[in-house]
Amino acid sequence: MKNKKDFAPLFFLSPYLLFFITFIIIPVGAAILLSFTYFNAIESPSFVGLSNYVSLITQDEVFMQKVLPNTLTFALIVGPGGYILSFILAWALAQIPKRARTILALIIYSPSMTAGVAMSVVWMIIFSGDQTGYLNSLLITLGILVEPIQWLQSPDYLMKIMIFVTLWGSMGVGFLAMLSGVLNINSEVYEAGYIDGIRNRFQEVIYITIPSMRPQMLFGAVMAVVGTFQAGAIGVALSGANPTPQYAGQLMVNHIEDYGFIRYEMGYAAAVSVVLLLIVYIFSKVAWKLFGEKD
Amino acid sequence: MSAFQGTKMNPTKFHKSQFKFYALLIPLAVFMALPIVYIIFHAFKPIDELFAYPPRFFVQKPTLQNFKDLFTQTNSTGVPMIRYLFNSIIVTITVVVLTVLISTMAGYALSKKEFKLKKAIFEINTLALMFVPAAVAIPRYLLIEKLGLINTFWVHIFPLLAMPIGLFLVKQFIDQIPNELIEAAKMDGASDFQIFIRIIVPLVKPAMATIAILSFQLVWNSVESSTLYVNDEGLKTFAFYMSTLASQATGNNVAGQGMAAAASLIMFLPNLIIFIILQSKVMNTMAHSGIK
Repeated sequence: MKNKKDFAPLFFLSPYLLFFITFIIIPVGAAILLSFTYFNAIESPSFVGLSNYVSLITQDEVFMQKVLPNTLTFALIVGPGGYILSFILAWALAQIPKRARTILALIIYSPSMTAGVAMSVVWMIIFSGDQTGYLNSLLITLGILVEPIQWLQSPDYLMKIMIFVTLWGSMGVGFLAMLSGVLNINSEVYEAGYIDGIRNRFQEVIYITIPSMRPQMLFGAVMAVVGTFQAGAIGVALSGANPTPQYAGQLMVNHIEDYGFIRYEMGYAAAVSVVLLLIVYIFSKVAWKLFGEKD
Repeated sequence: MSAFQGTKMNPTKFHKSQFKFYALLIPLAVFMALPIVYIIFHAFKPIDELFAYPPRFFVQKPTLQNFKDLFTQTNSTGVPMIRYLFNSIIVTITVVVLTVLISTMAGYALSKKEFKLKKAIFEINTLALMFVPAAVAIPRYLLIEKLGLINTFWVHIFPLLAMPIGLFLVKQFIDQIPNELIEAAKMDGASDFQIFIRIIVPLVKPAMATIAILSFQLVWNSVESSTLYVNDEGLKTFAFYMSTLASQATGNNVAGQGMAAAASLIMFLPNLIIFIILQSKVMNTMAHSGIK
């Protein structure tokens, strides 16, 4: 048996690899090469070595002072926040009967179903800057505010609103995977746990639920890391401009789009995206350490 | 008695001990549902309510006029709305079916087969998950041009078939299937293909349904391929048409606003329907399927 050449892996993998290599690996490889060039999308790229990276670190003040801190703040709040929220919700949903669970899960997942940009339309009405905006008119009626606040144009509020709206819409795939993970735990495991001395729901979650759904927890964690670092549309959609007012909501993806598609400095944009890739990679390694299989 | 509270996971009927979970979930669900309710009401608002000042959340005199306008409207190039819808449906069905199939096949090989490069392929796949699409737009365009896919139907389909997230998820699920189950099937003389169809597919249906939902949303909402790779109006998709309506509406096109509202409801509904159809699979427990 062992000496026989096994073609099965090739058979099962090749359709995936064909499309994966063509439409993902080759373009990504090309983008990495592009990051070492000056490329304005019209003339052919010219090799400039590491100078894109050097100027990113030494000259790009907007990147160092605004974009990078913004991205880290945003990701460190929305990532773990959304992750914990989706676990709690998935767990709570598992405690109620099927019919009610289905309806509530559908509603809770629904913000992720609508494209994020379409959703921002709703939030723009709520946070609208004049007194007709729902939030402004509510606060004025209650006597908390005297004058309407330009929520979405204000550097003080934009980031907070972005975090809020993103958390609200973050019950995506990670949430679905966790829900199926929680439901997949066999009740006998719990019974065995109680015989071994588990006393309350908290211990049950820590000692049984979480360890039993490691693959789903890992998937949720990786999705949280990837999703938050790749977010970018939300700030531009809410404030209606790229760059966002005083760069208050500028994330790395916006910076890439700013340089790539507004200034046509493709080489520089590619360098920023390689840096983003590295950051995401480091953070997901941490997630892997926390939830991955030990092998 | 209280010791067995913990086994009340996935309960079959209501019990007053569940009340605290409802108390958490229901207010949250109401809050989450706001925009959906808004989209639905918005689509049925007559013109004067769409522009009401201050804006109204609920519709007062619902009308179907927006939908009538949308269906009778043909844009400047004379392509009827129904053509875009037809394109979208064909593209979406093809992508969803093929993505689920090839991700599951690849997941099986990466999880249960031993071969060189196995670890490397999965590692690269995980890395690819992290790359930002915006950064690859230019190289991808050049590549698609080289392959001669510009202005073809395939350009909507091919770039979306390899879904690193899908492979990642399904591989994680297949890892949970005990090797003994597959060994036993081999002992009984099952071929790889039979193992895949009879054991793997039934057991990873929750993951497959999740990928289907994901890939559906991706392809149904995608405007990228129509914007970048297709010039022929008759080959573009509904999501693209919808985005042109929205941009017309930002001008002074008053009629466009109502059609955009109706179109956004039409965009949203299939997402909802697909989720409702597939959710029972997603939430299906493996406990009954013979894994444990």
